Amino acid sequence: MTDKMHVKLNVNGEDREFLAEPRELLIYALREHLNITGPHVGCDTSHCGACTVTIDGKSVKSCTMFVAQANGAEITTIEGIGKPDALHVLQESFREHHGLQCGFCTPGMITRATKLLEENPNPTEEDVRFGMSGNICRCTGYQNIVKSILSAASELNSAKEAAQ
Amino acid sequence: MIPAAFDYYRPKNMDDVIALLEEHGDDARVMAGGHSLIPMMKLRMAEVPHLIDLQDVSGLGDISISGGRISLGAMVSQHELINHEGLNAAAPILREAALQIADPQVRYMGTIGGNVANGDPGNDMPGVMQCLDAEIELLGPEGSRRVAARNYYESAYMTDREDDEVLVSISFNAPAGGFAYEKQKRKIGDYATAAAAVQMTKSGGQVASASIAMTNLSDVPVWSEAAGAALVGSACDSAAVKAAVAAMLGDIDPTEDNRGPVAFKRHVAGIILSRAIERAWQRA
Repeated sequence: MTDKMHVKLNVNGEDREFLAEPRELLIYALREHLNITGPHVGCDTSHCGACTVTIDGKSVKSCTMFVAQANGAEITTIEGIGKPDALHVLQESFREHHGLQCGFCTPGMITRATKLLEENPNPTEEDVRFGMSGNICRCTGYQNIVKSILSAASELNSAKEAAQ
Repeated sequence: MIPAAFDYYRPKNMDDVIALLEEHGDDARVMAGGHSLIPMMKLRMAEVPHLIDLQDVSGLGDISISGGRISLGAMVSQHELINHEGLNAAAPILREAALQIADPQVRYMGTIGGNVANGDPGNDMPGVMQCLDAEIELLGPEGSRRVAARNYYESAYMTDREDDEVLVSISFNAPAGGFAYEKQKRKIGDYATAAAAVQMTKSGGQVASASIAMTNLSDVPVWSEAAGAALVGSACDSAAVKAAVAAMLGDIDPTEDNRGPVAFKRHVAGIILSRAIERAWQRA
């Protein structure tokens, strides 16, 4: 057992500080120290993507990062993307197109998809499938997830055009 | 899964990294993106009492292309390799290979230095670097030295790097001609059942030069000099490709695992190399 370290994270725009052992994985630090339970522990082996968060502009599987590595970082989780009474376009689109069944993978799917659309606002179906290939869903067969993301992309683009 | 406890360091320069390695010997390890090391630590297959995170070390993240020579800092991520326009123009095989590594999230964190230094036969970049005849720069207490990628790998996880040395950069001449990195894997994120890196040049309708390296078909990456030689001087016709495949099969030594028995891997290796040669030749 090593000494705990002082960890400072900016999570969803808010500075959060706590003590943690360096070996704690970011996903557990978020869930257990900060009660941010949107990112899920799926496989715990960097395969499934349910724990995906955005760290300093990168989509990262938070089961494969020590909390010590994230010290000082800016993190966005699903809690920072939308609220129950003000859903993000992607969240609305997943609901509209039945992009989920059990919902376990959904926070990771949507967090990853926000980054994908930021980097590529006009993806093809193939771009979406390739860009989402680090996220596993065992319910939907992916068809409706792809549909949800493509529909959200076109909605975000029309909103952007309308704003110009 | 919870790894064993460790002391964590985040030095800002290489002098401090080397000093920590000298102080703690093989109880210390450096970490780049951590996407090979952390899973090993979680499984307790790697125990690292002193973990040195390289993320704040300055000067390890550069991509330089100058006078036909390309140099990649150890901390350049696969994501950065894929999206760097100058690099895609100068050495497009890197992008083609990087896109076949792991998945998008892992590629934001996974680095070229980690992939090349690690010594796992499943890593893709070692074969690419052997194909490109890259030089690996190692920095240690005595200063820096350069090792050819073709001489760097000794056996699985055993490389020419000493415990108190760090891989800081990789450099190679911008390749000419056609290229391909062809990989057979069971699913996204998997290591190769078989993969082939090929660079070829063409002159007067014939193969002027060819360099071929294979991934995950031995306990080290395999640069097959004989396979390349079998193509040179030919029109890259099917007889020449068959001869190259036969030569390559003489150099690999796959073992049975959950990707299949030896005979299957040798079969797949032949098909993958044929496809890679065909694509590289079309692009040459």
